[in-house]
Amino acid sequence: MVKGVRDDVRAPQGVLFIITLWAALTLNFILPRLMPGSPVDAALGRLASAGVPITNAERQAVEIQLGVPHSSPFIQYADYLKNIAVFRFGTSYSFPTQTVAQTIAKALPWTLVLVGATTIFAFIIGTLLGVYAGWRRGKATDSSITIGATFFGAFPPFWLGLLLLYLLAFRYSWFPIKGGYDPGSQPNLSLPFLSDAFRHSVLPALTLAVTLLSGWVFGMRNNMINTLGEDFVTFAEANGLRPRTVAMLYAARNALLPSVTAFGLSLGAVVSGSVLVEGVFSYPGLGNLLYIAVTNHDFPLMQALLLVITVSMLVAIFIVDLLYVRIDPRVRQ
Amino acid sequence: MTIITAVPPPAAPGTGVQVRTGSGRRLPGPLRFGGRALRTLWGNGKARAGLIILGLIIAVAVFAPLLAPHSPTATTFTPYSAPSAANWLGTTGNGQDVFSQLIYGARISLLVGVGAGVLATLVAATLGLVAGYRPGLIDEVLGFATNLALVIPALPLMIILAAYLQSRSVWTIVFVVAFTSWATGARVIRSQTSTLRTREFVTSAVFSGERLPRIVFREILPNMTSLVTASFLAAATAAVLAEASLEFLGLGNPGTVSWGTILYAAQQQNALLTGQWAMVLAPGLAIVLLMVSFTLINFGVDALSNPRLREK
Repeated sequence: MVKGVRDDVRAPQGVLFIITLWAALTLNFILPRLMPGSPVDAALGRLASAGVPITNAERQAVEIQLGVPHSSPFIQYADYLKNIAVFRFGTSYSFPTQTVAQTIAKALPWTLVLVGATTIFAFIIGTLLGVYAGWRRGKATDSSITIGATFFGAFPPFWLGLLLLYLLAFRYSWFPIKGGYDPGSQPNLSLPFLSDAFRHSVLPALTLAVTLLSGWVFGMRNNMINTLGEDFVTFAEANGLRPRTVAMLYAARNALLPSVTAFGLSLGAVVSGSVLVEGVFSYPGLGNLLYIAVTNHDFPLMQALLLVITVSMLVAIFIVDLLYVRIDPRVRQ
Repeated sequence: MTIITAVPPPAAPGTGVQVRTGSGRRLPGPLRFGGRALRTLWGNGKARAGLIILGLIIAVAVFAPLLAPHSPTATTFTPYSAPSAANWLGTTGNGQDVFSQLIYGARISLLVGVGAGVLATLVAATLGLVAGYRPGLIDEVLGFATNLALVIPALPLMIILAAYLQSRSVWTIVFVVAFTSWATGARVIRSQTSTLRTREFVTSAVFSGERLPRIVFREILPNMTSLVTASFLAAATAAVLAEASLEFLGLGNPGTVSWGTILYAAQQQNALLTGQWAMVLAPGLAIVLLMVSFTLINFGVDALSNPRLREK
């Protein structure tokens, strides 16, 4: 492997990543300052009802925290970037005993586990179904898989979650009703806790995976159909290779390539869906935090969550792009 | 005395050809085109099913006052009652009839879904056409903005925008949904425009002196109708789901009746625990049906543009 070739492709990607990251941070800075309405009054109202005395100093502290201008925008921007660099996001209103950074850090692993499990499950099952549907195009299996995927993919995640919650957790008690783990136990890495956490994550992950299957099924099916029309497949068949060999080794592998980039983008859909599903199941991840933050008008928490979610997406897509370069030789310069 | 005839006399013997000009008895161009498109879609099995379902939902929305047995907001019934002869789908915790709410709710869900889809597609088409037709700095900047908009997850951004905007009207939801869903369509339209830009018919249009807006809207855009339609249908599907999600989270207007607000009320009132399963099942199924109808029609549009996907 020539070292220079790899560096050529990676450098522009790294630069693009930095620029996009900067743009996302700046967008997160500008957005709250463009909004009408006064988050300051909402925040002070909440603090007052929590028993905190509202002095002028308190008001000024809240105003600084929420970005009501006290100094020039450039100084605010510089302060904002400095705070981001050291993960100082302020104090949340919903969880006044911790900083926002701590609250997010506690919820992040749960969301990562949920998102990871869901994506892998949906990707594998959806891709296999899509390959099968594309291979058997026009026959009954294809139609039933397509119609089924369309129907289930249109399910609102929170609706399916409510139904599954009622059926499997309430009526039949197969799975726990809420939370990420049993209320009595402390989070640790022991086996009983991990298996308990797994039990709690099955319903949310199942809900999300069902609603996301359709994207994978259709993407893979279309890719398969286009690939099956290519010359090299006809050539392989003419050479006498068995149909299944052609399907798996030749067609599916090449049809998989666009799916890898779709993988990165689909993470956004999983994160979005997790907001709804975690709310229904009271699963202690980032989505649930967003739900709480919105209900409580908790602006510091909201801003920090948007930032964390956006940056994670950027990092994930960057990694996926790097991987894509490795598996598709045509993209290398 | 000059005799005025409808058809001018032939200039020379033997050259009089009766030409029938557009005499107003034929429908205007776009209507004929739409009729042809509908006929073609009707031929595709999946699209036909989608058109039927969508037609039914539109009919329900339009004729809601005739179809609903009661007013959707009248709190005159026994609260928390299960489906019965008087209230086909039961009542809410406030004593409102769920069946009437379901029928009237079709209006808002259709309005927001189609409205946000149209708005998002307009923005996507404009930006895509501009970026695709003029490569260079504008294209780079728009491409970057599109990629950024694609990266940020839609629902969290929508939630935060809706929470910040703090106004609770339906148009807020339309705006917020459209704001977060234009990027996919823009990217697709842009790449198709830049492919079409290099074709001969565009070059000949440029050389014959046509001005830029005419080239873009009368030469390039008509060749992308199926793409724009597919983009609109996808955006409308996402918009219906997004609207239901926002209202389920309590970010909608509690005064309006839509399928999402019924589910919000169901969640707040623990409908599944009080035996009001219809209040959860019915609006969810309605949302699924509306989204499925858009997607089925989209299958037909896909088959129009990609012959490999057509059912034999």
